[in-house]
Amino acid sequence: MKNFTAKPITIAGAVLALLLIFPLVITQTFPIHVMILVFMFGMLGVAWNIMGGYAGMFSFGQAAFFGIGAYTSSYLLIAFQVNPWIGLILGGLVAALVAAAIGYPCSNLRGHYFAIASIAFSEIVRIHFNNWSLVNAAEGITIPMMPESLANFMFHSSKLPYYYIIMAFLLIAVIVCYIVATSKMGYYFRAIKESHDVAEVLGINVVKYRLIAIMVSAFLSAMAGTFYAQYILYIDPESVMLGAISIQIVLISMLGGAGSVLGPVLGAAILVPLSETTRVMLGHRGTGVDMLIYGFLITIISVYQPQGVWEWFTRIGKKIK
Amino acid sequence: MPEQLMQQIINGLMIGFMYSLIAIGLTLIWGVMNIVNFAHGDFLMIGMFTSFWLFTIYGVDPLFSIPICFLLLFVMGVAIYRFIVSKVMKGPMLAQLVVTFGVSIFLSNLAVYLWTPDFRLISSTFFQGTWDMGDFNLSKPKAIASMGSIITSICVFLFMKKTKIGKAILATEMDRESALLMGINTERINSISFGIGAALVGVAGAFLSTYYYIYPQVGGLFGTIAFSIVALGGFGSIEGAFIAGILVGLAQTLGGFFFDPAYKYAIVFMIYLITIWIRPKGLLGW
Repeated sequence: MKNFTAKPITIAGAVLALLLIFPLVITQTFPIHVMILVFMFGMLGVAWNIMGGYAGMFSFGQAAFFGIGAYTSSYLLIAFQVNPWIGLILGGLVAALVAAAIGYPCSNLRGHYFAIASIAFSEIVRIHFNNWSLVNAAEGITIPMMPESLANFMFHSSKLPYYYIIMAFLLIAVIVCYIVATSKMGYYFRAIKESHDVAEVLGINVVKYRLIAIMVSAFLSAMAGTFYAQYILYIDPESVMLGAISIQIVLISMLGGAGSVLGPVLGAAILVPLSETTRVMLGHRGTGVDMLIYGFLITIISVYQPQGVWEWFTRIGKKIK
Repeated sequence: MPEQLMQQIINGLMIGFMYSLIAIGLTLIWGVMNIVNFAHGDFLMIGMFTSFWLFTIYGVDPLFSIPICFLLLFVMGVAIYRFIVSKVMKGPMLAQLVVTFGVSIFLSNLAVYLWTPDFRLISSTFFQGTWDMGDFNLSKPKAIASMGSIITSICVFLFMKKTKIGKAILATEMDRESALLMGINTERINSISFGIGAALVGVAGAFLSTYYYIYPQVGGLFGTIAFSIVALGGFGSIEGAFIAGILVGLAQTLGGFFFDPAYKYAIVFMIYLITIWIRPKGLLGW
């Protein structure tokens, strides 16, 4: 973020303004829906980035936190009529607690071992929710209809409010990530990523900072989960806890650039419209062509551009200067 | 109750032997080049489909398509290593993790595209039905597949201990730098190991196709289970993978029997988590 000076700030402002008026100009539902997904996955990518890109814990199980967020708020809503906004915070807290509970024993795992542990963990969570009668098991939860209002976190006549809400969420996530990245903690995270052992020798409390990274990441992912539940109004383990979501989150972050604040947002802006349009155009009849292209792209990116495309932008930025 | 329990133990052993063979291929790749092959389960799927089509089109019994599966998957493994995996070996850790995910998504959806997502079964193989053993029933195809898995595992073990290439693979696994200094072409060893790892899971696919459903997404589950087995057995340990495969097979069926069948795979994943907490090097790792 060295070159994040006056010029990039004007660019950021312009992009933000464009995004604010976008849904007012383009009023079809599909582009707005795609943009909402871009913001949501951008947020999930930023959350992943805090633990993956900065602290070096490559989680392939973020869908568990996303799902826990969605389930906590939805369950509280149907069982105790808890307002979804309160559910949003509680969902984040539950996810952060679960993250701490699983993260503590995993706090010495590195690289591959952590990645597979995260898959194992999220699969256990998914299997459990699929069989847990308290949350309707595999049947899922339908969020009850309520009058549309910001207080109810529910809108029927237009997608616009959802668009602005998730955009605000994304901004919050970006700001959190920026604060973490530029603070002393951010330097600790990067030290841990570079070398677990050296960081420990230098006196960094590795376990503590790894736990903080996981918990912040889980909280933000769970917020996105609550948003998803309130937006789609139906959740089941196969839609919010699927391994494919976890992988999508990792890919978005890698494509954009793991370890840069806005990289995952850029990754989401590229990958989500691409996968949504190929799905609409090629994915009918379940031919698998859309996923075929997707898999091919991932392979190509990891071979030829593993640092992500954010690097190109910074390079161009330096040239302009 | 005891008969049922006996039957569960037999079933656990049967699936366990298949797990062993799948995990041996995975542990070989992992141990030699420190790459997690997320496409391993999809190699299994390719092996199963190869055997299915050879049977459906040419009437070749799955047991005879084993050498074909072995060769085909070996070539595929070497090609994937040469053109894809070797290119990320020096890249960032994340790219190493993600690249085989890409291959996995590509292969399973290629199968969906070519052959539709339907479930298939090989209808009439050479060995069919069950043997009645008094206390329990022994499914013939499962028993044959288990025997095959044991024989293949012994062959791999002997190959590693007796042949020059096998010894070179073990040496690379222990210490890459020293192996290089001793004149071992470690790059060649990498591609051979990847090839053998894929070929072994191809053989497992041929055996599994005699009694298991064949569909494009079949690899996902087996691949993830194989990770747990490799962790339990010790990363890179062939004997460890063999024993751990049987243990996981037993844990899965017995856990399902005593606890709840819906949770049998959750038990397998718990085993992975517990292993890396308590004994990260696994049963026989070093």
